[in-house]
Amino acid sequence: MPKVVKLMQGSEACTAGALAAGLRFYAGYPITPSTEVAELCAEELPKIGGKFIQMEDEIGSIAACIGASLTGKKVMTATSGPGFSLMQECLGYASLCEIPLVIVNAQRMGPSTGMPTSPAQGDVMQARWGTHGDHPIIALAPGNVRECFDLTLRAFDLSEKYRIPAIVLTDEVISHMREGVELPDPAEVRPLRRAAPSSPAGYKPYAADPDGGVPLMAPFGEGYRWHCTGLFHDESGAPSGKADVADKLLRRLQLKMDKNAPDMWDNVQEGTEDCDIAVVSFGSSAMSALSAVRRARREGVKAGMLRLKTIWPFPEPAIRELASRAKAIVVPEMNLGQLALEVERVAGCRSRVIRVGKVNGELFRPDEIYDVIMGAK
Amino acid sequence: MRVEFRLSGSGGQGLLLAGIVLSESAILEGKKAVQTQSYGPEARGGSSKAEVVIADGDIDYPKATDPDFLLALTADAYRTYGKDMGKGLVIIDSSIPLDPAVKARTVALPILETAATAVGKKVVANIVALGVLGGLSGAARPESLEKAVLNRVPKGTEELNLKALRAGLELARSVGEP
Amino acid sequence: MSDVLKYFRQERLPHIWCPGCGHGTVTGALVRAIERLGLDKNKVCVVSGIGCSSRAVGYLDFDTLHTAHGRALAFATGIKLARPDLKVVVMTGDGDCTAIGGNHFIHAARRNIGITTIVMNNEIYGMTSGQYSPMTPKGMVGTTAPYGNVERSFDLCELAKAAGATFVGRSTTYHVPLLIDLIEKALQNDGFSVVESIGQCPTYLGRKNKIGGAVEMLNWIKDQSVNVKAAAALPPEKVKGKFLIGELHNAPAPEYSSEQGELIGRVQRNYSDIKGGLWECASNSD
Repeated sequence: MPKVVKLMQGSEACTAGALAAGLRFYAGYPITPSTEVAELCAEELPKIGGKFIQMEDEIGSIAACIGASLTGKKVMTATSGPGFSLMQECLGYASLCEIPLVIVNAQRMGPSTGMPTSPAQGDVMQARWGTHGDHPIIALAPGNVRECFDLTLRAFDLSEKYRIPAIVLTDEVISHMREGVELPDPAEVRPLRRAAPSSPAGYKPYAADPDGGVPLMAPFGEGYRWHCTGLFHDESGAPSGKADVADKLLRRLQLKMDKNAPDMWDNVQEGTEDCDIAVVSFGSSAMSALSAVRRARREGVKAGMLRLKTIWPFPEPAIRELASRAKAIVVPEMNLGQLALEVERVAGCRSRVIRVGKVNGELFRPDEIYDVIMGAK
Repeated sequence: MRVEFRLSGSGGQGLLLAGIVLSESAILEGKKAVQTQSYGPEARGGSSKAEVVIADGDIDYPKATDPDFLLALTADAYRTYGKDMGKGLVIIDSSIPLDPAVKARTVALPILETAATAVGKKVVANIVALGVLGGLSGAARPESLEKAVLNRVPKGTEELNLKALRAGLELARSVGEP
Repeated sequence: MSDVLKYFRQERLPHIWCPGCGHGTVTGALVRAIERLGLDKNKVCVVSGIGCSSRAVGYLDFDTLHTAHGRALAFATGIKLARPDLKVVVMTGDGDCTAIGGNHFIHAARRNIGITTIVMNNEIYGMTSGQYSPMTPKGMVGTTAPYGNVERSFDLCELAKAAGATFVGRSTTYHVPLLIDLIEKALQNDGFSVVESIGQCPTYLGRKNKIGGAVEMLNWIKDQSVNVKAAAALPPEKVKGKFLIGELHNAPAPEYSSEQGELIGRVQRNYSDIKGGLWECASNSD
C-alpha cells in the first residue's frame, strides 16, 4: 500500500506503536499530559477486542495491568509525574516477579502537582530508582513523534523478551507535539512475545540460567497453577527467606539487564566522529540541542550530538567512547542534573561534564545551549 | 525555507485546530511541519498558544524562535507576544486597540466580525484566521488548506468551514504587498 | 480432609500461621466450597494482598497471586477483565481490605466485577504484630492503641452493600458450615461477592485484650453473633452490640466483564467495515 504521511500527535503515535506491538489491555487513570493515550486506547481497543479500564487510581492501574499480563496479554498504562510516583511500589513488584509491562510516562514539572501542563525531564532517576531495592528496569526516550511509535513498540518487545518492565519516557512537548509521520506498514511489524513453556509438567516458573537468564512465563488459566509472589522466591515460585535464594534471584535479575544491555541500547549521533564539544541529551531537550549543535558546526566549531534513545540501562560504552574524544560534554536536560550524574560517572576525568539544567517549565531555546557550547570550546 | 507561526488567543477559540490544519495542509504538499502548543489549566477562556513550523527540510527545533507570523485574537495575547516580535508580521483582530510597545509591522483585520457576519457563525473565527495565515504566508496552497480543513472539521460543518476559509483568504488578499 | 487435600500444594505445608489461628479454617472453607461446586482447578485463580491471611494463597494449588499490600482486588480486576472465563477469588485481611485497600474494595463493588472476595477479619494487624485496624472494635487494645482504640470500626458488609456488591454474607470461624455455604453461594454469584469471616487472632487480639486462647476467642465470637434470620424475631435489645451472620444481601445485577464484552461486540460490529484509525496498526499483532 502507498505510504501515507499523517499528522500525528506524540501520544497518538505511542498508542499506535502499542497497538502494533500487540497491546490488548490498558488500565489507567486520567492525568495531564498523558491522558490522550488513555482516550485513544478507550476508543481503539474495543475495535480489536482489547480491554480498557479506567481504574480508581494509578496504583490500581498498574496492578490491573500486572494481573492482565499474568494471563498472557500485552499490557500498558500511561501516566505522568504524580501518577508515576504512585505506581512505584507495583513497578517494583513487576520487576521482581518479571511481569512484562509498558508504562508511558509523559513527564511534567514536579515535584508534587508542580506545573501539570509544562514539560520537564525530572523523572530520569525516578524511572531508574523510584521503587525500593535493586531491580532491573528499561527506559526509552523518544525524540520525535515517529520515535513515539518506534520506541513504544520497542518497549513492548524488550519487556516481553526480557520480562523487565519498560518505561517510555516522553514529556509534555513530545507527547503533545504533532508532526508528519509515515508509519511502517503494519503487516511488516513483527512484534515479539514472551517465551512460554510447552507443557505444565515439571514447570518451574522461575527456573533460569543464574547468569542473567529469562524464565519461561506461563499464562494464568492454562493449567500451570503456579504461584506468583512479591516475596523473594525460589525457582518453584515458593516464598523463601533463605539468604542464598535471595542472593541468587536478585543477582540474576540484575544480570538479566546488564548482560542484555547491548540489545537494549540505541542512540542517534551527529558529528560525534570528530567532535571537541559533545552534547548528550534526550527527548525534547535534544531537539533544542541538535539545533544548537548544527549552528555551532556551521560556524566551524567541532560540536557533536549524542541523543540517547535508551536511558536505562545506561549506555556506558557510548558515553565512554565520547569522553575519549571530546574535551567537554554538555548535558542539557529539563531538570537540575540527573542524566548528567550518570554522564559524569562514566566520563570520569576524561572529559569535563557541563550540566545545563532548565526548570522553568519551558523547552530550551537553541541559543541557550549554543552559548554553553561556545563557552566550552 | 523555515516559516514560523504563533497563533495566540484564548482557550476555546479553536486556535489549536487552526494550527493543526495549517500543519496538515503543508504536509499534504510534501513539506515538513511541526505543531506544538502551550496552555494553562483552563479549558475555556485561559490563554492559549499554538505554534507551527513549516519547512522544506528537517525541522530540528519544533518551536517558533522568531515568528514570521503572529496571530493574536485577544488584546492580552497581542500585548504578551507582540512585544517579542522581530522580523515577522503581527496579525490582530480589528477589535484590538494598537499598542505602541509593539514595534513589529502589524495588520488589523476583521477576523471575528467576518466569522460572525459574513460567514454567519462566531465559532469559525479560527478557520477565517487560518485562511488569513495561509493567504499571507503562502505556506500552503488554498486547495491544500481546503483539503486539510475537510479532514479535520466535524461532519455537517464542511460548507460552513470552507466558507470561513475562503473569507479568510479574501481578507489576506485585501492586505496587499508590504 | 482427604477429599480437599488435592487443592493444596502439600509440599508447601506446614503453614506459617500461629497455633489456634482462624485463617486455616477459612482457607479450608474455601476449598470445601470449591469441591462442592466441582470447579476446574485450572480455571480458578486466587489472589491475595499482604498480611497473615494473604499467605493462604501460597498453599493453594491454583494459579495464585500474592500481590502488594491492599492491591489484591486491583490485580484481580486485571485478571478477571482479561480472562472473564476464570473464577477469580480474592483472599484478604481486614487491614489489607478496609484500610490500605479500601478504595479498590468500594470500586470493585461499584463495578460489580465477578470476583469473590473473602475477608478474613481477625480485627487486628497480625503480620506486623498487633496494631489496631479499621475493624478493631472501639475500646480494644492494640500495640498502636495501648490505651484503647478510640476509632470507630466499619460494618464491612454494610459498606460492601452500599458500594454495590451483589452478594454479601458474614460468618465466623466458629460457624464453619455457614461459612462454607456462603462461600459456595458467593462463588455462584456472577458479580462482586463479599464474604466476611470473623475469626480469632489469639496471639495478638486475644492476648492483648485478655480474651484468652483460641477456644475462648471462638466462644467470644460465637456470643457476639446473631443469625440474621433469628435476629428478625428477636427484640432489638437482644441484637444490640452483636453482629449479624448469614446471607445479608443477594441482588444479582449485570457483571462488569460481561458488560464490557457486550460493549466490545457492539463496537466490533459497528467498525467491521470501516477503514482507517489507529486500530489498523494492530493488524499484525495478535
